[in-house]
Amino acid sequence: MAESTHSNCKSLLGSLSDYVDGDLSEELCREIEKHIAECEDCRIVVNTTRKTIDLVHVSNLSQTDLPEEVRDRLFKRLNLAAYLKPLPK
Amino acid sequence: MTETTNQADISLDALCAGDRAEFARLVDAYSAPIYRLGLRMLGNEQDAEDVLQNTFLSALTHLVNFEGRSSVLTWLYRIAVNEALMVIRRAKPEVNIDDTEAADENEDFSPSQFVDWGALPEDLLLSVEGKQALDRAIQNLPENLRMVFLLRDIQELSIKDTAEATGLTESNVKVRLLRARLSLREQLSAYYGERINQEKKNG
Repeated sequence: MAESTHSNCKSLLGSLSDYVDGDLSEELCREIEKHIAECEDCRIVVNTTRKTIDLVHVSNLSQTDLPEEVRDRLFKRLNLAAYLKPLPK
Repeated sequence: MTETTNQADISLDALCAGDRAEFARLVDAYSAPIYRLGLRMLGNEQDAEDVLQNTFLSALTHLVNFEGRSSVLTWLYRIAVNEALMVIRRAKPEVNIDDTEAADENEDFSPSQFVDWGALPEDLLLSVEGKQALDRAIQNLPENLRMVFLLRDIQELSIKDTAEATGLTESNVKVRLLRARLSLREQLSAYYGERINQEKKNG
């Protein structure tokens, strides 16, 4: 990491999650932006962290459906078989 | 949230009054995210199904104690998290999943990979191989980080709800989330760094 700003790199790391989530005050955002304009390593870390989270969101990893047979067994186990409605196609 | 069923559609009063049809609607609304959480935490379908069944059995028994301080889904996550942790403790008693800070205090989470792969084309990053690399990286996360990451970045709970679901403090959730994200970034940087090098070699 760049010599002159090295001491800022560690403190940036602590705010990284809040920064990429947009949960940081404007003042702190400006400080980070100033730092990453001068420190290439930190700029890469910020950009690739943001990209990593973007990829997680757009990869639809949360979209796995519940298999139908798992749903059937769950309803039986809960004595809810009478309420098992066909899934919408 | 990816769930289309609105929380407000489920009547808590009906649930607490023992309305079976309403409970069936609750199960249909929330069984998929609970199952997915179990699958990603435990890595196999049988354990995930056990967690799913035990979560709703427990919910059925404890509905009367539900105070409505959190949403029903967050409350279900909390039960599911405990069920999943029980499975992990049984399977891997040596893994410390209950540590607050101390156990990983000495681990170094400082970045060591500085490859700027963020500008690679989307169709490469979102290719089947790219998604597999991401999947592997998530499965490589230690359980205590993975749990927080799944709830926050995949199920998209707020920090507050993630804390509620895991029984951790909000600051502890933030520490784990940061470590999880840094670890994923590190792993993806190594993966894409390798790909970039290969392409350079191949001209």
